[in-house]
Amino acid sequence: MATTLKTENVTINMGPHHPSTHGVFRMILTLDGETIVDLEPIVGYLHRNHEKIGEQNNWIQNTPFTDRLDYISPMSNEFAYVLAVEKLAEIEPPERAKYIRIIMVELNRVINHMVAVGFLLNELGCFFTPMFYALRWRETLMDLYEMVAGSRMMPNYFWIGGVAGDLPEEFLPMCNEFVAALPGFIDELERLLTENEIVQMRCRDVGILPPDVATAYGCTGPLLRASGVPYDVRKAEPYSIYDRFDFDIVMGTVGDVYDRYLVRIAEMRQSVRIVEQALRDLPEGETATPRKKGKFRPPEGDVYHRIEAPKGELGFYLVSDGSENPYRYKIRSPSFVNLQAMSYMCKGRKVADVVIILGSVDITLGEVDR
Amino acid sequence: MTSRETFDRLAEKFPSFELAYVEGKDPAILVKADNLVELAQHLRDEEGYDYCSSITGVDYPDRFEVVYHLYSMKKEGGPVILKVHASREEPEVPSVVSLWPGADWQEREVWDLMGIRFSDHPNLKRVLMWEGFQGHPLRKDFPGTQDEYTFS
Repeated sequence: MATTLKTENVTINMGPHHPSTHGVFRMILTLDGETIVDLEPIVGYLHRNHEKIGEQNNWIQNTPFTDRLDYISPMSNEFAYVLAVEKLAEIEPPERAKYIRIIMVELNRVINHMVAVGFLLNELGCFFTPMFYALRWRETLMDLYEMVAGSRMMPNYFWIGGVAGDLPEEFLPMCNEFVAALPGFIDELERLLTENEIVQMRCRDVGILPPDVATAYGCTGPLLRASGVPYDVRKAEPYSIYDRFDFDIVMGTVGDVYDRYLVRIAEMRQSVRIVEQALRDLPEGETATPRKKGKFRPPEGDVYHRIEAPKGELGFYLVSDGSENPYRYKIRSPSFVNLQAMSYMCKGRKVADVVIILGSVDITLGEVDR
Repeated sequence: MTSRETFDRLAEKFPSFELAYVEGKDPAILVKADNLVELAQHLRDEEGYDYCSSITGVDYPDRFEVVYHLYSMKKEGGPVILKVHASREEPEVPSVVSLWPGADWQEREVWDLMGIRFSDHPNLKRVLMWEGFQGHPLRKDFPGTQDEYTFS
């Protein structure tokens, strides 16, 4: 006799304190058995009203404050902010500073993708071995940051109109050595992971995001490019001196978790290419525009400037009323916008997939909650 | 940056909208709230601006302003910037979530922190502050330091 089992959907809470959520992030899951029927992300646990505090800081104090947004990639945050202020105040940094900035932000992309790939593997259950592999090289990069800025995670190295100081003598040899060794390391990581059977089985065809959906949700960064949309702000609207470098946009085909992993690996290689070219062409000269007397007051007006941060498009919308504080200081953070696609990607999957899909989006809660 | 040509083209296409060109570092198009969705739909469907990057609320002394930065993923180049004014008393602007699902959280954020309502938004509730919180922190009249504000 065939009987149908009567079941009801169950609503459960995942987070805010959960090892996979990279911080304090909560999801309300509606489940049919173990299948996700609906998922609602709840954010705001780290909210500190960054933008309000930013309006009370003066323009210069905000540069180190942006380090606290996406604390995995502080240099990128500073880059977006100083470019926006420079656009507002019409300041042109010296050539050498521009090249140093590119070196820093591209190294930052490598750091970010290493952390992203490492954590993704953690979430697949391969506990901390790939993570430490990746972190070992991140550590070398952090040493480079410490060398130039004196701080590992909160560098405050970019200034409005240049960078805080010239590269120390030992930086260039060490950076060259690192850049030469990095492709070998990425090969090593790939030998461990790319063909790995568990990685393939857990990641392939999981969390598929079709290109049109990704665009509609406003997704950017590796998440968008893995879906097969060749959109990169560095190419679409070249800022700073990105038009001088030769690099490719990396794209996926399926838009699943595995593609996002592959895109991040390939982007690290492209970043190495850019850093190599920047080191080769690095000119001599000043690293900051001369300091002017008095308080820094940009002229009245509003600007929006966006960059391709490691996680996606990071934009600053700034309004100046001619005083020493920003009138409005708004951050368009990639993590916050990308997170909206979570619900779409998780529907119909199992609970265990939620964890790796979240890992593949690559968020930092400091930037989501602001 | 909204170029002058883009503005002229749109102004010719929609004469009844009374669009205005806002000069500045990033020139923008000022559109009335009632016409926003139709103009945005035209930009998305006919001109390829398929990507809504950023939605910002700004609190000016005499008005609220919502700024939209629209880009295209198919073609290169700068954004079309739309600005909409809302009254200080009952600020309300139509929602564009029906055009860009990604506008959802950004509009919720503007409502949450700036207190500008978005009509026809499917789920207009706070996103960063908690439910039951009183006030909108990014408004200029909201206390900015701990001394001025006590949590209840």
